[in-house]
Amino acid sequence: MSRIEEVLVQTWTGPLEKIDDYRWRIPKSYKSGMRVDGMIYADEHLLESIKHDRAPEQVANVATLPGIVKYSLAMPDIHWGYGAPIGGVSAYDIDEGGIVSPGMIGYDINCGIRLVKTDLTEKDVKPRIKELINGLYNHVPAGLGSEGKIRVNPEEERKILTRGAAWAVSRGFGTKEDLEYTEEKGAMEGADPSRVSERAYQRGKKQSGTLGSGNHFIEIQRVSEIYDVKAAEIFGIEKGQITVMIHSGSRGFGYQICDEYSKDMMGILNKYGISVPDRQLACAPVKSPEGWAYIGAMKCAANYAWNNRQCLMHLVREIFEKVFKKSFKNLGMDLIYDVAHNIAKFEKYNIDGKEKLLCVHRKGATRAFPPGHPDLPEKYKPIGQPVIIPGDMGRYSFLLVGTQKAEETFFSTCHGAGRLMSRKTAVSACRGRSISGELAEKGITVMAAGRSTLAEEAPEAYKNVNDVVHVVHEAGISKRVARMRPIAVIKG
Amino acid sequence: MKRYEQLPHTADIAVRVYGRDLKDLFTNAAFAMFDIIADLEGFKESVSIGVELEAASSEELLIVWLDELLYNFYTKGIIFSGFNIAFLDGKKLSAKACGRHVRENRNRLKTEIKAATYHDLNIRESDEGCSVDIVFDV
Repeated sequence: MSRIEEVLVQTWTGPLEKIDDYRWRIPKSYKSGMRVDGMIYADEHLLESIKHDRAPEQVANVATLPGIVKYSLAMPDIHWGYGAPIGGVSAYDIDEGGIVSPGMIGYDINCGIRLVKTDLTEKDVKPRIKELINGLYNHVPAGLGSEGKIRVNPEEERKILTRGAAWAVSRGFGTKEDLEYTEEKGAMEGADPSRVSERAYQRGKKQSGTLGSGNHFIEIQRVSEIYDVKAAEIFGIEKGQITVMIHSGSRGFGYQICDEYSKDMMGILNKYGISVPDRQLACAPVKSPEGWAYIGAMKCAANYAWNNRQCLMHLVREIFEKVFKKSFKNLGMDLIYDVAHNIAKFEKYNIDGKEKLLCVHRKGATRAFPPGHPDLPEKYKPIGQPVIIPGDMGRYSFLLVGTQKAEETFFSTCHGAGRLMSRKTAVSACRGRSISGELAEKGITVMAAGRSTLAEEAPEAYKNVNDVVHVVHEAGISKRVARMRPIAVIKG
Repeated sequence: MKRYEQLPHTADIAVRVYGRDLKDLFTNAAFAMFDIIADLEGFKESVSIGVELEAASSEELLIVWLDELLYNFYTKGIIFSGFNIAFLDGKKLSAKACGRHVRENRNRLKTEIKAATYHDLNIRESDEGCSVDIVFDV
């Protein structure tokens, strides 16, 4: 290890008290200023990699923020982020000075994932896979510098920000049922376009209907395992069936909003008597003009992202229609669900016997409402909210459902496999190898827009998603329903 | 003197940037960012923009400077590779950035950077020069 790596890769030497096999506590005595304990969901195996990262320190940092209740939480896919860890969940009592922090939601506001079912099987898809993947690659703008085909005037753009995915549906890019099966029905109420700068509009205007780059992807998959037959039946999936997964977010529009509001909030920390251990945790009380302004803008970005994923799904359906010469409805291409995994939400919880309205931050974490929750579509009320967990492009992805026990995590669970290697290390490890060749041997076709994307996103650069999902399932904060194996992947 | 080096970072891209003085550090930080975004080998500049910025501290000014260039990259489609900082006092910056349009250099693009972050930002200054670690969200 070079001198620099020694400086940077600090092994955690602080306390991690075992609560049970899947939960570990960082007591608030660890660091001055911590208002609550930190709690990490992991097993001993995952804990090893978590300890060789700066993420536990970031869990402790988040615990110092005003208004935080219960714990600063981390899901088993936790890794070192900027400010808050990726895989971090924390909730703030808005009546007790609770804050909202742009950096703890992330630059890619409402980065999220949707899962579409089909009535096709591997037998239908395998012979057409080249056609499908080439079609998708040419039809869906992906990669750095790509521009979307959807161009709208400023007035229409504002409609996207307030109506979210419903805007796309009104243009014929989907159906009303799609909205029913999208978190928040594809739009958060209270989005305020007047809180969005001209610069954010400029950065976002050519990017509606674009995938993005890096870890954003479209994946054609086969259901390889069913764990919960009843829930799978309600989702309309069985073993061998083909599904499509789409991962993208709010593109440059959201990045610009996070950037501007992070900077603004750094300038008003003194005004509200807030001190933060890392500038990137800059925040403002929810009940302040600055906090409220950010929330109005954040909701615009969240709605932009839901519209974006709706447009991307429309492009995917168009290619399937072209290849199989059937309408997407006849192909059974219904949206199973769409979840956000970088977002803040207002949700009510019982804290010490009192109902409190909390501002729940999820950064690289998924909301996981239990069976019967009023915000769920009727069809899912008996089983709970679908939770979509992508893995790396060589192994698996999962479909889970929310549980009542997840009340302890503010109804939150993991969001993915979590990186194990830096992009740089992954590129070195893959030098001289053909990642697409290795995946082809496993029956997986991949195409990427970026020249180093495949090496950076190599399966070994990620934790095994099986291990991550094992922890959330065993800890009871969500429940496995099905596992999918990739057949073809497009990366940005 | 090395202009910058990449540091291992699990999720994002981190760099350690070096400079003889603050101006040199800001120049090299901008170079590092565009060296990650695109292949700058043998790159000849043909367009330029002027930049005037203010911030509360050197650290914040550094990120404001990088994000300003990033904004121009995304909205004007210019890959920047040459930077001339005329004035810099820790709170104010006046500079010229030169580059070429993306449209004629699309094959040079490598990595999308969403933003330069404020994470653990600390400019270290000594008699030998200065350095800073910057995390980019990618």
